[in-house]
Amino acid sequence: MAFDSFTDFVAMGGYGLYVWLSFFLSFVVLAGVALETLLAKRQLVKKSRQLQQRQQRLARRTANRAAVGDGNEPKT
Amino acid sequence: MWRWLHPYAKPEATYNLLQKLLPWFVALTLVTLITGVIWGLAFAPGDYQQGDSYRIIFLHVPAAIFSMGAYMGMAIMGGIALIWQIKTAEWAIPAIAPVGAALTVVALLTGAIWGKPMWGTWWVWDARLTSELILLFLYVGVMALYFAFDDARTGAKAAAILSLVGVINLPIIHFSVEWWNTLHQGATITKFERPSIAASMLIPLLICLAGFAFLTVSLVMMRLKNEILRHELHRPWAQQRLEQD
Repeated sequence: MAFDSFTDFVAMGGYGLYVWLSFFLSFVVLAGVALETLLAKRQLVKKSRQLQQRQQRLARRTANRAAVGDGNEPKT
Repeated sequence: MWRWLHPYAKPEATYNLLQKLLPWFVALTLVTLITGVIWGLAFAPGDYQQGDSYRIIFLHVPAAIFSMGAYMGMAIMGGIALIWQIKTAEWAIPAIAPVGAALTVVALLTGAIWGKPMWGTWWVWDARLTSELILLFLYVGVMALYFAFDDARTGAKAAAILSLVGVINLPIIHFSVEWWNTLHQGATITKFERPSIAASMLIPLLICLAGFAFLTVSLVMMRLKNEILRHELHRPWAQQRLEQD
């Protein structure tokens, strides 16, 4: 341990403001990138669900049209 | 080697590899970074000239080194994207650029905060600081160019070319402290002779370097996974993957 007490540790030999400010800002910047990445992932999950729903809706509509008929079937 | 590498041109294979490796890299990041920072902040001895202000080195040097390392990685991916037209390499560009830019910002911020008590100024327009600032602009330029085109592949090509041209800045940053008279001190560990730093400070610094290396790789892997999914979103495998995790 390079410091005698916790107060000494916080004071950093009078450079406390500079040392802690630089560690705090670095953390904010790097954590910001990580957070943005995680949020983007969540956004992708949402987008993927929407895409799947649309695909299912489209498939259902095609199936319905085939079952009910839209008047264009060949006459028997 | 080509037979081994070639499957990874397929985005799904790369995604699965990233998925497998990522937890290990995140774990390594946490272990090394926490160890290094605590060691550097609390256990390394104070500097005989700079007192405790020198402890900023444990962030400043790793961030600066990997701001350049990330750029090199991005340029290599740009080269691969241009030569072999591999999509995954193109997507690596927007995956790496924000991480590199963040590391550059950290290097500049910590440098400024360290400069204030030691040099008496936050900023000087000397060679080392200015070339590092240009690195930030290069990252921003690469990102802007990547997203500036309606066609993503055209944007990727333009960004790849800029990233390759920008490599010229890396030796300028590295040797700026030798070529010009600068306020910034010379190289401490990245030189061929013995490092001019005591072992009690060097060891935590090396641990922090490893921590930043793992952090850079982890963040890039996370972002590359996102990029792959973003482009493959219409494919069933990507949709399944997003539902799973």
